[in-house]
Amino acid sequence: MATTVLSGSRELPHPEGRNVSEGFTQYKELLFMLTWRDIKIRYKQSLMGFAWAILMPILVVSSGLIVMVAFAAMSGKPINKLDVLSVAVKSVPWAFFVAAVRFATNSLVMNKELVTKIYFPREILPLAAIFANLFDFFVASSVLTIILIVTRIGVSIYLLWVPGLLVLLLLLTASCGILLACANLFFRDVKYLVEVLLTYGVFFTPVFYSASMLGKWGFLLLMNPVGPVLESLRNTIILHCSPDLRWLAYSSAWAILGLLLTWKIFQKAEASFAESI
Amino acid sequence: MSNYAIEFNSVWKKFSRGEKFDSLRDLIPSMATMAFKAKTQGELRKREFWALRDVSFQIRPGDALGIIGPNGSGKSTALKLLSGILKPNLGSVCVRGRSSTLIELGAGFHPDLTGRENIYLNGTILGMKRAEIDKRFDEIVDFSELRDFLDTPVKRYSSGMHARLGFAVAAHVNPEVLIIDEVLSVGDYHFQEKCFAKMKEFVRKGATLAFVSHNLTAISTLCKNVLVLRQGVPIFQGDVSAGIQKYHSFYEEETKSAAIELLEVHLSSTNGEERDIFDPGQKVVFEVRLRALKDLRNCHPALHVHTTDGQLVFVTATSRLTDQKLTLAPGESAKLTFSLDLNIHGNVYLLGFGVTPEIEIPGEWLYYNPRLRRIIMTDSRRSQGLLYMNPAIKFQYEHETRKAPVFSRT
Repeated sequence: MATTVLSGSRELPHPEGRNVSEGFTQYKELLFMLTWRDIKIRYKQSLMGFAWAILMPILVVSSGLIVMVAFAAMSGKPINKLDVLSVAVKSVPWAFFVAAVRFATNSLVMNKELVTKIYFPREILPLAAIFANLFDFFVASSVLTIILIVTRIGVSIYLLWVPGLLVLLLLLTASCGILLACANLFFRDVKYLVEVLLTYGVFFTPVFYSASMLGKWGFLLLMNPVGPVLESLRNTIILHCSPDLRWLAYSSAWAILGLLLTWKIFQKAEASFAESI
Repeated sequence: MSNYAIEFNSVWKKFSRGEKFDSLRDLIPSMATMAFKAKTQGELRKREFWALRDVSFQIRPGDALGIIGPNGSGKSTALKLLSGILKPNLGSVCVRGRSSTLIELGAGFHPDLTGRENIYLNGTILGMKRAEIDKRFDEIVDFSELRDFLDTPVKRYSSGMHARLGFAVAAHVNPEVLIIDEVLSVGDYHFQEKCFAKMKEFVRKGATLAFVSHNLTAISTLCKNVLVLRQGVPIFQGDVSAGIQKYHSFYEEETKSAAIELLEVHLSSTNGEERDIFDPGQKVVFEVRLRALKDLRNCHPALHVHTTDGQLVFVTATSRLTDQKLTLAPGESAKLTFSLDLNIHGNVYLLGFGVTPEIEIPGEWLYYNPRLRRIIMTDSRRSQGLLYMNPAIKFQYEHETRKAPVFSRT
């Protein structure tokens, strides 16, 4: 028997209260349904349909190419195929990160109706927003994979890193997205701040260029926890070499600590969502 | 383990009147506080007020509890606490069994999705599994009577269609515990009847029900027990008819005035028997004894009848009827007697009384109380509607073998 106990007093939770795994199976379908809804409404009544999923990455890749052409013109070195593909490999995940965080930030406020009228664990809303963008990411990645095959970039044992790196990217996205969704519920100006940070974030992240291009100041780009993930993707897919393990450990620490902190804040703040929204 | 389906144990809930935080500057400290410090739950800070104060009730599995009270009495807050949307500041709330909440019909519908897609979306939000929705899909569609509009986006629906689909989905969740806020007020009469029949079916099948409504007929049909709330405080808990009486008495109030003091107020039938419950078509005699505290010259006593939701049913002033005006020196008193035909139907009405110095200037009163007494009209088995039109009937059969009935006015 499903029992919900909501206690305002500071006592131990009821022994029959909702536990994590039970909650997960119960709400898995809801997460799936809301993700499906978010995907569906994006492509409803739209001119381009699923082309949207690759439009954003194409834009990011093209702007990256322009930056590279400019660099090449200044330094006099010709552009090589590997550099172009590197930009593509880093742009697609970056575009996912930007879109998912942006969408997740607004997720709670956009679903005000649900937050104030029906109960379910609220973290499902930002998670659904992230998963909906993950779908776009897979569409764009498939296109990118075809390009990589056509350009004969080749395979190596280091490709085994890729799933792990993507999980790490997803965890970083989730901790940012959930925390910002919660913050935006209480303070509506958070979304403007996020908008600015995401727009200019591309200059503080090794997307169009690699950290090594900055020489000894390269570590500044890697301070952004998404940076090492992007660099590692380039290392493993394009350069066929091992990622920098120390920087990956740094990113993972951010992801895990960030998720724990986000989760704790979210659980506490959730109680007052309906009255604060 | 206790054997209640719903338990509400000394629940306190506070809300803030103003804005909660002022600027982004407060974000970091407030989030840190939320995460790591126990809040001072039991105290009121500036601009806070208690929406519910020490409310307790229990509902056994299969029972139905009605929650009634004036606007702002905390009914919806109680339901939101039951559903888990809000958390209590003090006390605890416990719901055992699969519960379904209807705070608003069709909350969670997405306007761009079609009716079909929204049935799946809303069904999942309300806690159904996909396979269950597949199984009950046809039932839901039949109940909503929207088969022709299944592939139309919900944004093109009328509000009645929206509500119909909303109730249809919610009604097929098959919950063990059903939490319903005023949802019968939407849709046409036919659909309201249908929703109501569905709710009765739930209760008959053994579901537990917590039900908020201003429709007291619905409450008394569905529930044996009621909880009466007023400004967040439980005033009464128990038998439904006693609770409804209690609720009606909220509407009467006393008014103080510097010019006029009411000494006595009586409601009675024509034979002088004091009462406040009447049958449609009966006469009520309304007596007011008043004393002047100031010099009253050519004043106009007036009589009002309102419904409980503020609709004016009848108003008149003595001077409009008789040319007589009221003139009293300070300390003098007078008795005014009104008699009215209560050609109205089963409901609660408020009898008001006022005295104005100048009848052509509305709103300027020496004394005014729109809710001096309440009148309960019994349900009439003979007729229904807004008014009792005092019918007379005569049949004339054109075959002599049949005896024609005659109903003449009482």
